[in-house]
Amino acid sequence: MSNTKYILGHFADPDDMMHGIEKLQANNISIYDAYTPMPIHGIEDKLGYKRSRLPIAAFCFGITGTLTGFSMIYYMLVYDWPMNIGGKPAFSMPDFVPICFELTVLFAAFGMMACFMYANHFFPGRAPRVMDLRATNDRFIIAIDARTNPYPDKIVDLLTEAGAVEILHNERKYVSYE
Amino acid sequence: MGTHSHTTHNFNEQFEFSGKAKTWSLIAIVIGIVAIAYGFLIDSSEHHSERTFASLLLMGYYFTCVCAAGAFFLALQFVAQAGWSAGLLRIPQAFAKVLPIAAVILILIIVAGLFSHNLYHHWNHEGLTDKNHENYDPLIAGKASFLNVPFFLLRQVIFLSIYSTFAILLTKYSNAEDQVGGLSNYNKSVKVAIIFLVIFGFTQPIWSFDTIMSIEAHWFSTMFGWYNFAALWVSGLSAMTLTIILLKKAGYLGWVNQNHLHDLGKFIFAFSIFWTYVWFSQFILIWYANIPEETVYFFKRWEPEYKLWFWLNIVINFLSPVLILMTRDAKRQTNTLMFVCILLLCGHWLDYYMMIMPGSMGSHPDFGITEIGIAIGFVGMFTFLMLTKLASKPLVAQNHPLLEESLHHQI
Repeated sequence: MSNTKYILGHFADPDDMMHGIEKLQANNISIYDAYTPMPIHGIEDKLGYKRSRLPIAAFCFGITGTLTGFSMIYYMLVYDWPMNIGGKPAFSMPDFVPICFELTVLFAAFGMMACFMYANHFFPGRAPRVMDLRATNDRFIIAIDARTNPYPDKIVDLLTEAGAVEILHNERKYVSYE
Repeated sequence: MGTHSHTTHNFNEQFEFSGKAKTWSLIAIVIGIVAIAYGFLIDSSEHHSERTFASLLLMGYYFTCVCAAGAFFLALQFVAQAGWSAGLLRIPQAFAKVLPIAAVILILIIVAGLFSHNLYHHWNHEGLTDKNHENYDPLIAGKASFLNVPFFLLRQVIFLSIYSTFAILLTKYSNAEDQVGGLSNYNKSVKVAIIFLVIFGFTQPIWSFDTIMSIEAHWFSTMFGWYNFAALWVSGLSAMTLTIILLKKAGYLGWVNQNHLHDLGKFIFAFSIFWTYVWFSQFILIWYANIPEETVYFFKRWEPEYKLWFWLNIVINFLSPVLILMTRDAKRQTNTLMFVCILLLCGHWLDYYMMIMPGSMGSHPDFGITEIGIAIGFVGMFTFLMLTKLASKPLVAQNHPLLEESLHHQI
């Protein structure tokens, strides 16, 4: 048994890569992931990706922001230090709206960003890990997990047939930027 | 999978305006005429002609706004060089083509109301500017250099004829594009659209100050123009989306799919929030400052006869689109989107009602045969004119340079 962990098929053309995905799927070969230098419409559906749950996170963060804003203003203006502003009651709702609104937006935006960074392993000072550097440049890459898919020769044949210009057998999952 | 499916469409497809749609829109026009006749002749209450004029102004303004929103949508797509909408541009074009007719009707209503002293009598009344007259009003006298009949009518005519000219130009270039193809017409449209947006952005607030805000000439708000713009844009988008959905249900527009409706739904969702944002910005400043000359507007609308409608306005135009259209699935479900469009079209009728009636009818607002009948009549007239214009050209601008992008639109 070889030490190959991942088979990477390099394509020079996005349409060839899409056909490659179709071919592999038709032969019951599961695809680990696909990497492209630019977004390609329809690729999520083809790879069977589920929709992102980021909007749900955004909603939860937004609600948290609203409640934070509301309780902060309530504590300050009604409970801790009620003031007479223009003869209006201390607990008057129109006052609360701008602050609740702004904190909703702030929390939703920061929360979404934090979630996105966490889910994609982006942290300050951490070198990003990629499976092949050329996926950020000029190559469209299909990655296949060699250990869960038997018959590596068949995979190579299918990729070549679909128009792969280069096929790599990687023993490590990631290459680092260093 | 929009990108990777290649289906062919019949781009010469034309809308056929006949059958039920035609019959019902004509019936609605007749109902409108009967309601106007009822309001002027049969209704014997004290303010009956004022009431009819207020309702006519409401619907005439609404009608013009929706058509202007069509021209604005076209211009916006050209300036942004947007590709997604290329396949559905014929619907806003049909709206824009009706704009000159709508403008003429609105001017007729305004002229008739002005000279019969049923509209704008707050600033157009005998002796308001005469110091020795018992009706003398120093506030109105101070504004008389702007709010006087000749200048007022001149502004209306200039604004509406500029909007109509640009609306016609934008549709003309698209029709020329059908004949010759190429990029020259598209480039011309972009230029015209830029000029139109600049003019519209600066004059539309003044136009709504004139048409609606001057009903209560003592009161003023600089937010009012934007507030009216938001109402114009949301109601225009709802009318457009509703037209597209109904055309799709009738079997037309095969190339417009869930992705395009999703984008229109996002527009409606976002601009409903924008409407509320502007509405609330106007409200909170007046509420906070609490200056009598400003609060008079909301004071009237807080009286028992309007309070319910005041709250209903916010529930329909803010809460319901936000809650119903929040999820992605809701925007992609045709029936949900259609329901929200109808709701918002009714909601913005109420919004305009709340702008006009407390100023013109005071504490005797009416809601009955006149209001409902005139609303139905204008809806019928809009449907009839718009569908007639729509039927005159193929349903897609097939030489639009970005059409291919629209066909493969996927979000």
